[in-house]
Amino acid sequence: MRFGMKLRMKWVVGVAGLAVALYLPFGLYPAVAVDMLCWALFAVAIDLLLGYTGLLSFGHAAFWGTSAYVTGLIAINAGVPFPVAVLGGAVGAAILAVPVGYLAVKRTGIYFAMVTLAFAQMVYYVANEWRSVTRGENGLQGVPRTLFGLDLSDEFFFYYAALPIVLIGLFLAWRIVHSPFGRVLVAIRDNPARARALGYSVQRYKLVVFVLSAFLAGLGGGLFAMAHEFVALDVLHWTTSGKAVIIVVLGGIGTLWGGVLGAGLIVRLEDWLGFAGFEQVGLVTGTIFVLAVLLFRRGIWGTLAALRPVSRPSSPDPQTIDTSRRPSGTMVG
Amino acid sequence: MAGFLQNTFNGLVSGAFYALLALGLAVIFGMLRVVNFAHGTFYMLGAFGAYVLLAEAGLPFWYALFLVPLALGLAGMVLERTLIHRLTNLDPLYNFLLTFGLALILQDLVKWRYGIQSTPYSTPESLNGTVDFGLFTFPGYRVFVFAFAILTCVAVWWVLARTRIGMVVRAATERPALTSALGINVGRWITPVFGFGVALAALAGVLAAPMRAVNPLMGADLIIVVFAVVVIGGLGSIFGSVAAGFGIGLVQAWGEAYASNWPIVAQIAVFVVMAAVLLWRPAGLFGREEASA
Repeated sequence: MRFGMKLRMKWVVGVAGLAVALYLPFGLYPAVAVDMLCWALFAVAIDLLLGYTGLLSFGHAAFWGTSAYVTGLIAINAGVPFPVAVLGGAVGAAILAVPVGYLAVKRTGIYFAMVTLAFAQMVYYVANEWRSVTRGENGLQGVPRTLFGLDLSDEFFFYYAALPIVLIGLFLAWRIVHSPFGRVLVAIRDNPARARALGYSVQRYKLVVFVLSAFLAGLGGGLFAMAHEFVALDVLHWTTSGKAVIIVVLGGIGTLWGGVLGAGLIVRLEDWLGFAGFEQVGLVTGTIFVLAVLLFRRGIWGTLAALRPVSRPSSPDPQTIDTSRRPSGTMVG
Repeated sequence: MAGFLQNTFNGLVSGAFYALLALGLAVIFGMLRVVNFAHGTFYMLGAFGAYVLLAEAGLPFWYALFLVPLALGLAGMVLERTLIHRLTNLDPLYNFLLTFGLALILQDLVKWRYGIQSTPYSTPESLNGTVDFGLFTFPGYRVFVFAFAILTCVAVWWVLARTRIGMVVRAATERPALTSALGINVGRWITPVFGFGVALAALAGVLAAPMRAVNPLMGADLIIVVFAVVVIGGLGSIFGSVAAGFGIGLVQAWGEAYASNWPIVAQIAVFVVMAAVLLWRPAGLFGREEASA
């Protein structure tokens, strides 16, 4: 019976989420709604690493941004339908993730965060200097979004054209987490030595999930380039990685859907601050973030999940693991 | 030859900043297992502190060199007591995230108050001249920065290696439980050590004020290079962090001088070295394997 209730709850949440997603551009500026979609995908990609593998990547802007540039270049030069360009960008991000991930998974914990941050900064410097491709500070301008002759210049219609791609990306993340592969990731997060003793190649699993995560972040970054019809160097800067990490922590580490909620909130907040003419966005998001880290480590989704009547403390389901009772060494909100 | 020596000296001077920052990070990490993301922000605040003391209180460089690290070190201690301390029993990543949030807040506060334009800060008069090394001459201020940084690093090494306080701190770093069992109050040293690490970052900031553009973003990208430096040196090793700091300064200066048509070489050299170290010695050049886990 408990199982049945849990299942029903999941359907209710899923249908409600879809309904909100379909309604969003009616209730908000469509451009803001599109941004929410892109950042949601980015956050879920980071949570796949942080929440389910215990690896904090502070350099995912490298993949988001690389995909934005590759997507933009494909769209400008090839004139293909925009989903093809986005896919090309995400594949580009995944290819970049192979060497970066290979080196980064040699370290864990805090070192992994520093190493990914450093490699992302290197990508940023390269993009800054490689002006013939990235156009330096001017950025890639006039990225066209074409889809079989449909007019997508209106953000409202583009939202509905982008939504299926985001849903596919989210479904992919969900499939990964709930697959045997995803179970191994959680095992690696909780006890790498035991996972190794059971015969799993820890580093190879980490590398594969790193590349998958980069691909998802790339889907988001490619759509972001399409949404703005413009790519600037900012997409590669470490503050972009930082914003995505803020979204994940606020939404709830290890909850997958928390990133979607967090993206909605942070994008809305930044839009509102921008509208109000307050430029010190970092002051506001930084304060919220610090409070979340100090007092609210489960994040929004994690807190909501803990309120459910059917919480099972012994369940291996990462959604309900309580950090405060965990030994140090793993990081799950 | 003279050109080479000049480039080398330039490298050692910029390496001195990396070394001071990496030293502070390593001292804090050793005692607290916390990587302080706000370290670059404290460097920026150090430079701003020097500027504010001069502009609003008329206090010259020499006062700033002493007062600013003291004030920011105390602020760091307050920060450790009020915020960082609350997360010490959790995964160290939480404190990394906390200090990242603090960095965003502090940086935006300075931006709000002073804008993003760079503020000039003049070199103290007594160091305005040049020093003649026979083959080449060098600005006096840079010679001072280099000498002062070396002196600071040696002093820190001496305190850690030769004094009773240093002995306690080293013991508490390596075997906190055993050190407590021997009747030493380990917790007592955590706050001062954090404050001291912050003071080192502030000191680097004061030293940077006359040489580099003082603006709210001066520490933001620098800290990432310092992260790469400590990955190269091995964060658990004080000596490794300092040596890697000077080494990366040299590599960048040579890159700037001998690949001047390719500015990207100097910019990414540190990351290429980091990649090579990860391949060859993942724990860092001077790190111990256990630190890599």
